[in-house]
Amino acid sequence: MALPKGLDPASAYRTMVRMRLVEEALTQAWADGLVPGEYHSGIGEEGINAGILAHLSGRDSMALDHRNTSPLVGRGTDITKIMLEVLGSEEGLNLGKAGHMHLMDPELPAASDGIVGASGPLAVGAAVANQRLNPGRVAVAFHGEAAMNQGMLMESYNLAVAWGLPVIFVCKDNKWSITTYSAEVTGGDLTDRAKAFGLRVRRASGDRVEDVYAAAGDLIRRARSGAGPGFLHVSCHRPAGHFEGDPIVRLLKNPRGQAAEWGPSIADSVRAQGGGSRSERAAALTDLTKRGARAARDYTVRSRMDPIRRGRRLLDPASADRIEAMEATEVETAITVARGAVDQRATFGATGGGAR
Amino acid sequence: MTIMKYGQAVDFAVGEAMAEDDRVVTWGEDVKLIHRDLLVRFGPERVRDTPISESAFLYAGIGAAMAGLRPVVEIMLIDFLPVAWSGIVNAASKFRDFSGGRWEIPLVVRAGCGGWYTDGGQHEQVLWGQLAAYPNINVVCPSTPADAAGLMLTAVETDEVVVFLEHQLLSEQWIDYLAGGSRSTVDFDHLIPADGAQGEVPLPLERVPLGRAAVRREGSDVALISLGVGAHRCIEAAQVLGGSGIDASVLDLRSVSPLDRDAVVDQVRKTRRVVVVDEDYVRGGLSGEIAAVLLEADVAAAYARVAVEGTIPFAPHLEYAALPNVERIVAAAAGLE
Repeated sequence: MALPKGLDPASAYRTMVRMRLVEEALTQAWADGLVPGEYHSGIGEEGINAGILAHLSGRDSMALDHRNTSPLVGRGTDITKIMLEVLGSEEGLNLGKAGHMHLMDPELPAASDGIVGASGPLAVGAAVANQRLNPGRVAVAFHGEAAMNQGMLMESYNLAVAWGLPVIFVCKDNKWSITTYSAEVTGGDLTDRAKAFGLRVRRASGDRVEDVYAAAGDLIRRARSGAGPGFLHVSCHRPAGHFEGDPIVRLLKNPRGQAAEWGPSIADSVRAQGGGSRSERAAALTDLTKRGARAARDYTVRSRMDPIRRGRRLLDPASADRIEAMEATEVETAITVARGAVDQRATFGATGGGAR
Repeated sequence: MTIMKYGQAVDFAVGEAMAEDDRVVTWGEDVKLIHRDLLVRFGPERVRDTPISESAFLYAGIGAAMAGLRPVVEIMLIDFLPVAWSGIVNAASKFRDFSGGRWEIPLVVRAGCGGWYTDGGQHEQVLWGQLAAYPNINVVCPSTPADAAGLMLTAVETDEVVVFLEHQLLSEQWIDYLAGGSRSTVDFDHLIPADGAQGEVPLPLERVPLGRAAVRREGSDVALISLGVGAHRCIEAAQVLGGSGIDASVLDLRSVSPLDRDAVVDQVRKTRRVVVVDEDYVRGGLSGEIAAVLLEADVAAAYARVAVEGTIPFAPHLEYAALPNVERIVAAAAGLE
C-alpha cells in the first residue's frame, strides 16, 4: 500500500524502535530480578502506539492501561525517569510511588490505570474538559479487547456518543483476557458492538504502522473537528504473554519443565474420588489442551507479524541502521543509570526499612 | 495430618466441599488455569472462566446463590472488588434482611489480598475493614494453611456471605503468579513467614468457626492483635520485645467480621496495653473498631496502632516502610506507658 499522506516513515520507525528497546531493557531487568512484581510489556503494540502518537500533539490527553510504558516513551517522557520508576527507585518518574502499572505524566498529560477498562471513563472525562477548556484537543483511551467486557468501558462508549465528545477508543485486540482466550468469554463482534453505540468505527492491522496511522488519522481529525467520538479496532499480538512470567508462555518455552510442575497434581485431581463424571473430566482436559494449542498458534503467528520488522521496510536500510544505533545508545545509557540506582539491592524488599 | 502449602490448602478445601455438594460451583477470571486441579476433577460446568466483568459476575453469584447454587466467586485480587462494590453493599449485605430472613445467600467471595511483594497501590490492598462494615458480610483472612482450609470449608458450608481473603504473600500460587516468583533471580524467603506459607493440615479437615480468634503467643505485658501476615509479623516482634524484657501476647483474629470481641477483651484485660497491627488503612477500619470494643467493655488500656497511612508505594523500600513491619510494631509496643 502507498504510504498515507503525512506519515514520516523514519519518524514512525524511530518511535517504534525506541519503544521496543526500552521494553527489552525492562524485561531483561525483570528477568534479572531488578523489576519488582509484575511487568506487562508493550512488545507487539509498537505499530499501534506509533501510528496513533504520530497524530497527537501539544496537550492531547492519553488514558493508558497496564501496557503504558511504550506510549509514554513514544510521546517523549524521559526514559531514564521511566526506568527508575519501574525498577523501584524514588528518583523515578513518580517518585517510586507508582511502579510500571500506574505511570503518570501530567505534563503530556497521560495517566495509567491498572484496573481493566478504566482508561475509558478517564478519557471521557479528559474529553469533557478539553471540549470546555481547550477546544481542538482530543483524548485517546487505550484498552484491550478484554476490557470491552467491563461495564465502565461500555458505559464510556455511550457517554462519549451521547455527549458528542472528542475522544477515540483504541482497542488493541491481542485475543487474550489475561490467560483466558477472549472469544471464549465474549459474545458478538466487537466492532459491531462499538457501532451499535453510535461510534465511528475503523479497523487496522497493528503490525502495519501505516495502516494504523491512516485509520487513526481519520478518527482523530473527525474528533478534533467536533464531529464526535471514534473507535479503532487494531489486531496485535503479545509474544511475552499477559506479563513476564506468564504461565502459558512458560509452558510454551519450557513444556517439559512446566509439565513436570503441573502434571502430578493434575493427574491426581483427574483421578480423585468424588467430583465430575468421566466425560466432564475429559471435557476439562480438552479445555486445557485447547488453551495451550491456541497460545502456541498465536505465539508462532506473532513471529511473522512483527510491527518493527514490517516498519523497517518502509525506509532504506541505511537510515534504519542509523536510527537503531542512535536509539540503542540512548536506551543503553538510560538503563545503565537505572540499574546503577538500585544495584545495591540484593533482591527487592528482602532487607529492612532503609535499605533499597 | 498432612503438609500443605497455603494456596493448595484453600483449593483442597474447595475441592472437598465441591465433592460433598454438587451445588458448589466456582467462577472468576482465569479460574480454569489457576485452579486447573479443580477444573479437571469437576469439569468445565462447575469451574468457569469469566470475562473481566467483575460487577456482573459477582452480582450473578448473588443471583445464583438465591436460586439454589452455592457459588465460590473468585475476584482475582480484592483491589478489583470495588469495581463490583454494589453487589456487596446493596445486595449481598441486604437481601437476607429484605426477605425477612427467608432468603439466605450462601456465597463465598474469594480474593487475594495484601502486599510485601511490591506490586503497587492497586494490587496490594486488603480492604477488610471496609468490607466488615456492612451487615451480613463475614470477612476472614487466614494466616496458616490449616486455618485456610478450615475457614474455607466453613465458608462454603455456611448459608451466609463470606469474603475469604487469601494473603498473597502466603499463597504460593499468588507469589508465583503476581510477584514473578518463578524467576530464579528473586528470593522472597526473607519476607514470607514460613509457618504461614506451609504447614500441617488436619485430615479430615477441621472446620474453623467464623469469628473465633486464636492466641498464637501468651504474654503479660502487651497484647499484639492482628491477622494474616500481620499475625506472623507480631510473633516476630514479640520475640524481639522479649529480648528487652517485654512479654507480648499475640492474638490472630482470623475473622474481621464477626470480630471475636471476647478474645480481644480477654487479652487486653490481662495486659492493659495493646497494639493493633493492621495491613489495612488506619482510618475507619479494624484498628479503630478494636479501640471501640475495649471502650465498650470498659477496659482501660494504653493503645497504639500500626497500620497503612496512605497509598502503598511501589518502590520496595518505601513499600516496606509503609506496611506494618516488625520495626514499627516493636517501636509502638515499646513506646506504650
